[in-house]
Amino acid sequence: MFQDMRLNTDQNLFQKFFSMSWGLLFLITLMACIGFVALYSAADGNLDPWASRQMSRFAVGIIALLIVAAINIKWWFRLSYPIYILGFILLIIVEIMGFTGMGAQRWINLGFIQLQPSEFMKIAVVMALARYFHAASEQDLCALKFLIPPFLLIALPVGLVLLQPDLGTSLMIVMAGITVIFLAGAPLWLFFLGGGTALASLPVAWYFMHDYQKKRVMTFLNPESDPLGSGYHITQSKIALGSGGIEGKGFLEGTQSRLNFLPEKQTDFIFTLWAEEWGLFGGLFLLGVATLILAYGFWIAAKCRHNFGRLLVMGLTTNFFLYVFINIAMVMGLIPVVGAPLPLVSYGGTSMLAVLIAFGLILSSQIHRDSKLLS
Amino acid sequence: MLNNEEKRMKTFSRRAFVLGVAQAALISGLGLRLAWLQLAEGSKYKMLAEKNRINTKMLAPSRGKIVDRFGVPLAVNNQNFRVLLVPEQVDDIEISLKELSKIVPIPDYKIEAVIEKAKKSPSFLPIEVTDGLSWDDVSKLEVNIIDLAGVSIEEGEKRHYPFNNATGHVVGYVGSVSQADMTDDPVLKMPGFKIGKTGIEKSFDQMLRGKAGDSQFEVNVRGREVRELNQNKSAAGERISLSIDAELQRFCQQRLSLYKSASAVIMDAHTGAIYALASYPAFDPNLFVGGISHGEYQELLHNPLYPFNNKAVTGQYPPGSTFKMITAMAALEGGFTNSSKRVKCEGRFEYGNDRFHCWKLSGHGSMNVVSALMRSCDTYFYELSVEVGIDNISKMAEKFGLGQKYNFDLPEERAGLMPTKAWKEKKYGKFWRPGETIVSSIGQGFLLATPLQLGVMTSRLVNGGYAVKPWLAGYEGSKKLFPDTWPKMDVKDSNLSLMKRGMVDAVNNEDGTAFKARIEEPDMLMGGKTGTAQVKRINRADYAQGIMNEDLEWKFRHHALFVGYAPIANPRYVCSVVVEHGGGGSAVAAPLAKDLLIETQKRNPAAADIKFSQAMNEKAA
Repeated sequence: MFQDMRLNTDQNLFQKFFSMSWGLLFLITLMACIGFVALYSAADGNLDPWASRQMSRFAVGIIALLIVAAINIKWWFRLSYPIYILGFILLIIVEIMGFTGMGAQRWINLGFIQLQPSEFMKIAVVMALARYFHAASEQDLCALKFLIPPFLLIALPVGLVLLQPDLGTSLMIVMAGITVIFLAGAPLWLFFLGGGTALASLPVAWYFMHDYQKKRVMTFLNPESDPLGSGYHITQSKIALGSGGIEGKGFLEGTQSRLNFLPEKQTDFIFTLWAEEWGLFGGLFLLGVATLILAYGFWIAAKCRHNFGRLLVMGLTTNFFLYVFINIAMVMGLIPVVGAPLPLVSYGGTSMLAVLIAFGLILSSQIHRDSKLLS
Repeated sequence: MLNNEEKRMKTFSRRAFVLGVAQAALISGLGLRLAWLQLAEGSKYKMLAEKNRINTKMLAPSRGKIVDRFGVPLAVNNQNFRVLLVPEQVDDIEISLKELSKIVPIPDYKIEAVIEKAKKSPSFLPIEVTDGLSWDDVSKLEVNIIDLAGVSIEEGEKRHYPFNNATGHVVGYVGSVSQADMTDDPVLKMPGFKIGKTGIEKSFDQMLRGKAGDSQFEVNVRGREVRELNQNKSAAGERISLSIDAELQRFCQQRLSLYKSASAVIMDAHTGAIYALASYPAFDPNLFVGGISHGEYQELLHNPLYPFNNKAVTGQYPPGSTFKMITAMAALEGGFTNSSKRVKCEGRFEYGNDRFHCWKLSGHGSMNVVSALMRSCDTYFYELSVEVGIDNISKMAEKFGLGQKYNFDLPEERAGLMPTKAWKEKKYGKFWRPGETIVSSIGQGFLLATPLQLGVMTSRLVNGGYAVKPWLAGYEGSKKLFPDTWPKMDVKDSNLSLMKRGMVDAVNNEDGTAFKARIEEPDMLMGGKTGTAQVKRINRADYAQGIMNEDLEWKFRHHALFVGYAPIANPRYVCSVVVEHGGGGSAVAAPLAKDLLIETQKRNPAAADIKFSQAMNEKAA
């Protein structure tokens, strides 16, 4: 066993580089390029202020991805808990700054980058859970006592993120976490019970929601009730999407976005801008690329020989899926506005870096799929 | 251990598959939703997007000019800078107006009006705060406009009437669109759009108004203009060329201002063209363009002399002795008398138990139709009228244009009144009394006529018997509006000649009632007929007390009338004047008509008739 591990981990950097899944890297780059095109258009055909910066961020992010991917998965396995703890501390720092500073703050200004700990917490929670369930036995999985720590692993950061308040990120952490627990093999009744409890506690959740969150839910249920208020964004987004038609209005011809009818066109509503200009073809193309990325994730997980890698990859892939789904469903008026970016496409430093680091971890799992982690 | 691993692997695979299916289904859901939005509802959203993107703004058409017969402008458009305010973009409208009034002067009544209007109209519609800004104010405001949310300056046009009071009644004025003025024409909803309220401005409003253009422009989410996409130019209103001679009109107006309240019509006996139509007191139409203050308006409105009334067309007076030609024509045409038949005037006429006085109590002696007109002998007409009867007289009056409207170019036109037996029965439920015919024969009693109608009557008497109608508007653009010929009336030329002889003698014979007011220039000689219309009957008790007209309160004094024409050799110009409560026709009205007809013949506006549209085109070029 010891030798096996040595054998597998002793690939040199060159070998690692070639065994990496280039297809996934290509798809990631393709999706990022969609983002560049859309951001170029969002700035009325200018690289400034968004596209150029997004490109340099992507370049930095790709380097980070390659470094993360090259690091042996066992190190990530070992670092899972420390990373989780670090992320948790950063969350608390943000929280304290939020209390002392002016209102809700979600990021720490490190000077060169505005770090958003909750973005990294999405990864850290998945890592910690994968680590936790890596060596779980069948008996463990059936013991309720064994399932309490992972519950806390999810609940503690979610609680902090909810305080920020960031409902979207909280939900994503919860759902990615639950996915990992589900895939780890926890008994099914637990999920039925959890689902039932969640439904039953909706009124309680409503009670604790902030006014703006309640308003978002209300306008989601009836967007026409307030066409110039909070329903405005979604109505405008639907008009932009719908008016794009099959072929779209053409590059740089998206009137809705160009005329500023569309809010947040460079961040949360970038898909709308894309699909307005490139139509159904462009929209389905983007969805196709995202689906292929997900398929790669599933494929890598299936090929992975260790629990940690499988759970990590599935957790992170699900994270990516949630990003994509929540964002696109939101701009199409299928779910309330929660403020989630479209990964790789939306303008934003932290999210780009977090997503690429997550893919770095996935690729690390792919490169080191045969590693034996337990020593 | 291995068993455990295998089992976990199996569970993982199964659950991962479920998860994969779920994710694939949800992604497909997104794809379907996208297809639904872009395919099924695409056209609906396309329409919404167009609406979203393009805003349409109306472009006000330039109002057509109004010019006189020589092309002299009577109503023009001056460049005008207006201040608009969008209530929606303002936190507190009163504070904003206060801030604004620190920069440009805004009268208090306008501030009140804006606040009132803001309550009533939709808050996104701009409201005009003030207009007529000077260059100074415009530049001051432009510097400060960044700090004034919702305030904008707009360059537009403002109506201006260069002749002020002189043409106020004829040309009229424009004013804001009221609820009652609203039609389908969308241009009426434009802020500050003005429409004709009186006079030619009102009756030719449709032609003057023009067609609004529109500008389609892209707007951003805040509705701010980004760029113009398309512009349909507005079509300026047509130019209306009037028959008026503006200088003659001004002369007329000035001459009338010597009296308290008077009106005059100068027209062409053959064509019906109005050369001057004046009423005093008048008002300056420019007052209304900038928005007249409530106080000023009330003062004008409640002035006992009714400056708003164009008395030349709305003033209805008993025609008095100017009516005697009609009675004479009715008698002559009906065969009740002829040129040689004489009536003896002893200063009074007895009918049944009633006695009717001639104005000359000592009597005129033996009168025929010409001398009766010349000396305005009442008795002659009293006696004729008994035989002729009121219905024949009224019929003749109508033939000569009394008691009716002409569909004249001024909307204020009134019909006057020519009574018949049937009319009285219908109106009062009482039979016509013969005494009323006798009173009517000298233009008193129920009879009412406007100065315009008296002008038409005189024209028809002296133009060879053509039924001319009066008109003001000659051309709409280059479209001719007036007829070339008028129908001939079925009256004997010989009888018309008698009328002219009577009118010539009334002015030029030293026994004539208007001899003192005769025109002495040989080629300008005037014919005419005086009239003194009783407002309050001076009864026997008054006579007994020695009360004369001059002793009465102003509003009970007689109206002074005169209808005249010149030159007598070849009648062209007809003039009718009424001086309200002015006294005697010969002493007051005839001298006025004399001055007007001299001026008219000097200016000879009829000579410019042919150049009508050409002259105006040259001016425009």
